[in-house]
Order: sequence, then C-alpha cells, then structure tokens
Amino acid sequence: MSTKAKDLRNPLKRARGLGSAQFGVGHWWTQRVTAAALIVLGLWFVSMLLGLLHADYASARAAVAKPWNAVLLIAFVIAMFWHAVLGLQVVIEDYVHTRWKEIVLLVAIKFIAVLSVLACTLAVLRIALGA
Amino acid sequence: MADTQRPLSPHLQIYKWQVQMVTSILHRATGIALAVGTLMVLWGLVSLAAGEDAFNQFKICSGSPLGMILLIGWTWALFYHLCNGIRHLVQDAGAGYAIAQFVRSSWMSIIASIVLTILVWAYVLTAGGAA
Repeated sequence: MSTKAKDLRNPLKRARGLGSAQFGVGHWWTQRVTAAALIVLGLWFVSMLLGLLHADYASARAAVAKPWNAVLLIAFVIAMFWHAVLGLQVVIEDYVHTRWKEIVLLVAIKFIAVLSVLACTLAVLRIALGA
Repeated sequence: MADTQRPLSPHLQIYKWQVQMVTSILHRATGIALAVGTLMVLWGLVSLAAGEDAFNQFKICSGSPLGMILLIGWTWALFYHLCNGIRHLVQDAGAGYAIAQFVRSSWMSIIASIVLTILVWAYVLTAGGAA
C-alpha cells in the first residue's frame, strides 16, 4: 500500500502502453499494411519477371534500371522482408518454447532481413545508377 | 507445459479434417516457404548487380530441374498466400464469417491459387523454358 501511495501518476498513465507486448496492435496492423502493399507489388513483380523470361543480361539490367522499376523493386523488397519477419516472428513465438532459442531466432531473422533489404537495395541502386 | 492433470486441448489428429483448417495451415506453411524464397530474390538481384558471370550462374541454377521444381512450388505458395491473404483481409474487415461463406472462400483460395499457378507456368513453358 505504501508504494502505491507514493505513485502520483494518473491511473491511465500507468495503464497506457501495457498491452500484450507493450506495442498494442502495432504488429497486427503493420502485417496488414505490408500485406496490402504486397498484393499490388507482388503482382507487379511476377508480371515483370514474366516479361523478362527471354531477356539476356543487358536487357534484364536495363529493365531494373528504369526509374519506376527501380523504385517499385525497392518498395517490393522492403515490404516483402518486413512482412516475412512479422510472419516468422509469430511462428517462432508459437512453436519455440525454449526462451533463449526463441530470442536468438527472433533477433536472427531481423538481422537477416535487414541485411537482405540493404543488399537488395544496394544492388538495385548500383544497377539503376550504372555502377 | 504446466505440470497438472488438466485435460489438454485436442490435437490435430482428433479433429475431423475440414477445408477451413487446411487453408489456415497452408497459409502458415506457404508463408514460411515464401520467407525462404525471399533469399532467391536476394540472390537474383545481387547477382544481376555483380556481373554477367554471377547472373548466368543464377540463371543456370534456377533453370535446372531442382530450380524449376522449387520455382513452381514458390509460384503456387505465392499465389496461395496471396489469394488466402486477400480472404483474410476481407475477414479482418468483418465480412464472410457465415459458415457457408467461410467454406466457400476457403475453396476459392485453393482453386484460384492452382489455376493461377497453371496459367503462369503454361505461359512460361510455352514461351520456351524458364529463366
């Protein structure tokens, strides 16, 4: 009782941010937003690949170097890896019951995803900027 | 697991298989498969930026029998996750929860994903081989 009496914060202030993982619906919502983006970007990516079926190296590079394609590719890569991390996170949380293994996997998929996004983005930029 | 004598929730083998169950399990399974497939996108883009030799190696690997089998699998996984993902977004909006609608939309996800996969690979193969 004495510790409670010393806490001068408003009860609402103490309750805020104390959802399941202290981030409320952030994970759920971001998963839906990236999903919506991937409906458009995924279909665009498949159609671009089909258009490049017979392309040789030079024309494949030329296609990626087009500004719109470069922008959409980078957007696709970011949305794809972000959505993948959010999904894998739930799978790991559901099935990995040893706490340290769970943490290691959760951090590892984030490292892999961030590095992959950076590598893909650099690759697209190198092609687009002609390096 | 808590060390008590409480009854456990029934395991999968006790349930009667229903299509809604299959779509739910497949959504997660295809999601995991697609998360692995993101590395193929990474490889393709990085090799395209790295030079013609690296890109040709990528093309040879993805055009090999194993590569084609994996690509067909990823194509179906992508279309299934896409169709069923749209179904989930509709359900997130609060629609389609009547049992008959739920079962029908489950079948629509499965059938549409198979049809789209066949269409894409019919195009790829009649257009003269993959990659």
